[in-house]
Amino acid sequence: MSKQPGRGLESRKLVGELFTLTYGALVSQLIKDYDNDDEINKQLDKMGYNIGIRLVEDFMARSNVDKCQDFRETAEVLSKMAFKMYLNISPTIANWSPANDEFSFILDNNPLVEFVELPDDHPDLNYSNILCGAIRGALEMLQLEVETWFSKDVLKGDNITELRVKYIKRLTDALPAGED
Amino acid sequence: MTVFLLHIYDRNGNSLYEKEWCRRKKSNLTKEEEKKLMFGMLHSIKSFVSKLSPKDSKEGFLSYTTSQYKLHFYESPTRLKFVVMTDINVGNIRETLKKIYSSIYVAYIARNPMCDLAEPINCKLFESRLETFMKGLSFFEDSKE
Repeated sequence: MSKQPGRGLESRKLVGELFTLTYGALVSQLIKDYDNDDEINKQLDKMGYNIGIRLVEDFMARSNVDKCQDFRETAEVLSKMAFKMYLNISPTIANWSPANDEFSFILDNNPLVEFVELPDDHPDLNYSNILCGAIRGALEMLQLEVETWFSKDVLKGDNITELRVKYIKRLTDALPAGED
Repeated sequence: MTVFLLHIYDRNGNSLYEKEWCRRKKSNLTKEEEKKLMFGMLHSIKSFVSKLSPKDSKEGFLSYTTSQYKLHFYESPTRLKFVVMTDINVGNIRETLKKIYSSIYVAYIARNPMCDLAEPINCKLFESRLETFMKGLSFFEDSKE
């Protein structure tokens, strides 16, 4: 992590492979530590959540974006700014539900899975599940409760990788007793 | 001009950090009570001010002034609250408060994996950077004892 505050949007370069392989090492350690895929997915989601609640502070400090007016704008900011800033990708936003409360990110080139092929004995592993947790954690800090999951994954033989985001509710400030 | 105190609250009203400079007259409350009351007051002002506003505004409550001091308020998008009390001659210091958030809090606490975000701040690096930053402010000058 950087010790120098005040750097702007321009991010420092990190060798992509190092990042990809580090994440790979983390997932493979989880595979050793836990027996079933559900549990591994849960752990990845939890890690992502913990990353998300911090990363959002960093994102806000760097990007200076204003409050989003609606969920569509939230999706745009996530794709064009957040994904761009931290993973250098801009997933396509697609498949809006009729009520505008659910959409998908289509991850064309997910840097996490560059060298990955899922082994046959882990059919249910959501390899990139950390992203779900990170998005959920970050939005929760901005008072948006969402549900996130991978509905399609090229690692599982689908033709695309699709990360679904569903709006649940707006959170309100937890108040000291006696306030409105 | 003078800076009297700085408080940081988390989204639930827990005090994360407080620092006083040159505050000669104390309230006759315990620290805990004072912080609780301050948070309650800020919360009420904030919600009432936005209810009363004739137009939708992004920023809402910025500061209030009494005959003796001025209280400046900034809330980060993640609802961390920064409060600085100064004397009444200090102008709008919103950018300064934003800077405390973005280049001190985020840099030394949020990016520091060893700091628990829900606990009061206990980080020497943060404290020393904050102290340097505050002392470097143009309106800090006369705060010496």
